[in-house]
Formats: sequence, C-alpha cells, structure tokens
Amino acid sequence: MSSPETTSADINAEAAAWLRRRHLETWTAENESALQTWLDQAMAHRIAYWRLKAAWERADRLAALRREKTATPNSSAALRIAKFAAAALVLAVAGAGAYRSLTPRSPSAALYATAVGEHKTIRLTDGSQIELNTDTKIRFASAPGRQTVTLLKGEAYFQIKHTPSRLFVIEANGHRITDIGTTFRVRREDARLEVALLDGEIRFDSADTRVKPVTMKPGDIIIATAHSAAVMQTPERDLKDQLGWRSGMIVFKHTTLREAAAEFNRYNTHKILIADAAAAKLTINGTFQTGDVAAFTDAAHAVFALRITTRNGQTVISH
Amino acid sequence: MSASALEAWFVAEVLPLEAILMQYLRNHWRDPSEIDDLRQEVYIRVCEAAQREVPDPAKPFVLGTARNLIIDRIRRQQIVAIEKVADLDALGIAADYPGPDRSVIARDELRRLQQAIDRLPPRCREAVVLCKVEGLTGKQIAQRMGVSEATVSEHIDKGMCALADMLYSEPPEIRRTP
Repeated sequence: MSSPETTSADINAEAAAWLRRRHLETWTAENESALQTWLDQAMAHRIAYWRLKAAWERADRLAALRREKTATPNSSAALRIAKFAAAALVLAVAGAGAYRSLTPRSPSAALYATAVGEHKTIRLTDGSQIELNTDTKIRFASAPGRQTVTLLKGEAYFQIKHTPSRLFVIEANGHRITDIGTTFRVRREDARLEVALLDGEIRFDSADTRVKPVTMKPGDIIIATAHSAAVMQTPERDLKDQLGWRSGMIVFKHTTLREAAAEFNRYNTHKILIADAAAAKLTINGTFQTGDVAAFTDAAHAVFALRITTRNGQTVISH
Repeated sequence: MSASALEAWFVAEVLPLEAILMQYLRNHWRDPSEIDDLRQEVYIRVCEAAQREVPDPAKPFVLGTARNLIIDRIRRQQIVAIEKVADLDALGIAADYPGPDRSVIARDELRRLQQAIDRLPPRCREAVVLCKVEGLTGKQIAQRMGVSEATVSEHIDKGMCALADMLYSEPPEIRRTP
C-alpha cells in the first residue's frame, strides 16, 4: 500500500518519469534494477507504471500508421537489407545453465549451436564472449596465438577482449574478419554475409582476393557476397536496434509486414504467412518480443484491420 | 501470480473498465479532486486480491471493490447521512453499466488514438510525436524544438499522463447508434 500522504498524482508523475527515461535515455542494467526497486516498493507504483506504459505502447500503433502515410523514400535496397537483418529474437538467456564456459585447450575445436528461438552466450576464459542468435551454428577452435570462430550459419554478436599476443579471427563463406579489440555482429544468410561494427576496429578480408581488404570503423556495416563487399554507415541507434535480440526483442522501423513476418519466423516454429501482396507491403514500426507472435498479429489487426486466422498450424494474415 | 502475469491481466481486463469505474466514482463521490486517489485505491485492492486469486469476470469485482471502498470512506467520515449509505447499498446494479464492446475496439482504436494525440497541448503534442513517430531521443527532441531537455521531459511526462487519462478514463466518444 502507498503511504497515505502520497497522492496518486505524485505517483503518476514518478511513474511517467521512469517510463520516459526508459524510452528516451540510455538505459543501463543499474537503471533497470533501480526501476525494479521502485516498482517493488508499492502496488500503487506498479499500477501507475503499468497504466502509463499500456497507454504509451498503444500510441505506438498510431506511429506505425503515420509512418505508412509519411514514409520517407530513403529505403535504398542496401538499407533495407541492413534493416531487415537487424531484427532478431530471443528468449533471454535464463540462468547460468544457459552459459557455457570454454577452456581453450589447444589445439581443440568445439561446435556450438542454437535451435530456432534459442539464444546462447558463450564465455571465453579471457573475458571475451560470443552470443548466438536463433538457429545459429559456430565452430570454435583455439590454438596458441590464434582463436578461430567459423560461422556456419545464423547470426552472432562478439565482444572480444583484445590480446596482442593472440589473434581472434572469424571466418564465414571464405571471408575473414580479424579483430583488433572490439564489439561486432556477424550474420550469415546463404551466400550473403553481414558484419556490423559497434566498437573498436576490425579488418575484413573477402574470400575473393580481388576485393580490397576493408578496415572497419564503428557504425560501419559490410554486406558481402562471394565477389563483392559494400560498406555503409549506420546510425548507432539503428545498430542497437539490430541487436534487440540480445534482450529478446525485435525492433521494426519502416519494416514491411513481409519482412517483419520473416523475422518472426526466424525465431518461432509457429510460422506467420502473409496471404496477400497488398498486406505484405504495409510497413510498421514497433518493438516486439521475439516469441510474441500474438502481439504482432494483434497490432496488424488493430492498425490495419487485417484478418488473422489459423490454418494448418500457421497464422495467416490477410485483408 | 508473477508480476508480469498480473500486469498482463491488469492491462487486458481492468484498464478497459476504467471509463466505467470513473463514471461510477464520479456519480458516487462528491469531491472531484479525490477521484484519482479513489481509482488508485480501487486498483490496489483489485490487484492485491488478484495476486491471491484472479477474479473472473473482472467487471463485477472491480465495481464491487469501488462500492465497498466508497462505503468504507463514508463510514470513516462519520458525517454522512444514513440514506446515502443505503442508497449506495442499492447500487449493486452498478455491475450492469455497459462495458466496452470488444469487437468495435480495434476499429475505433486508431481514431481514438488520433483524437487523443490531437487534444494534447501543442508543445506537448509536438514532443510526443517526435518521440513516438520520429523515434528521436530526448536530446534530439530538445534540439528540434529549441528547448532544454528538462522541458522536453516535462512535455513527455505530461503527455504520458494525459494519454492514459484520455485512453482509459474517458468513455469512447464515438457512438454509432443515433
């Protein structure tokens, strides 16, 4: 119970400040735990926060529609690819059981994989860590002076502690990424490889030696195919959105329903099918939990008045 | 019941009743300045009860809680005429206030949101739209609007509270029946 001298208006104002800070400011684990402490203090705090949050999130649907009307035509093919690649899902890593500690025996190799919807963190003894997104497989090999990760499929996020005496190399599709102390993300999709650098510096060597090696700076994204590599700059905020899966979220920005459904399908065995072309082209903004297909279909229904049905174990979205 | 399950239940089952609850409280409580506090107290009682056992359906329980709360308050004031209490006791029928028709909610949702945004004070609306639609950070909104970040925070906080009141406390204005 709230103390009697605290009015609902005061609590409301506090709840709004929390919610605003969470949405508009850099949000750290310390902030989150301070918020939890405040929420746990009184049922009145929780209720005020839930109520404002529910209304604030309802307003997201309006934003989605407005975007549709006023969408800026800045979606070059490349940018769209980057955005699409951004989404990801995941069940947050639950407890220590999901972590695996690697002891670099040398020379040794180990395979690590995640199932659809799974998210796994691999901690190396030097403090580096590798997070695997849904449906991903890597091989990790350690030898004196060199650690090698081969991305066999899927997407991973790397936080590498740079050790001058040891190289950290990622290989995928014959391309090679050499770390120079850094945080980055790599996604492999058939023949296409995408590398996004958040922090530090890495060097990218294409499988095709005619393609010049690239030294990447933070914010750079490389899209590489067998014989090409394109580099583009992406705002930090977009890079962070692309890593939403690390906390179990997918972030959509001017994303078409077709792309959004494909992203959800990466994380869920229960698939979404967009049954008509016009609906597939509608664009949405929003943040969803990777496993929460219902929230997505509810939004499609509420915002675009689309029909949601279930057929053969699939969720079908149509006009 | 976990906090997140309680939140989900509260948002899905209780918040949609807020307009009815507010109407009930305004009808039976004289001082309008105390209505928000009463609502908060009703929600606390409802959620504390739901932690033990979820009342299903929610509506009679929420309105019953409001009724009991008002009776408690009146008794505590000890200045209330007996017939007022008797009158309240007769209000068991309150559970028959019309509820939201869920089938029309989705259709009206967008219009409702649009109206709510349009009714925010202009500067407040600008800040909310830049945040919601443009996805700008507090600092960027401040630059765009040519004000301090603290002012942006005030606008956003006010917008959040106003949106919740408009979306939950007020009955939907759209009535399709003549």
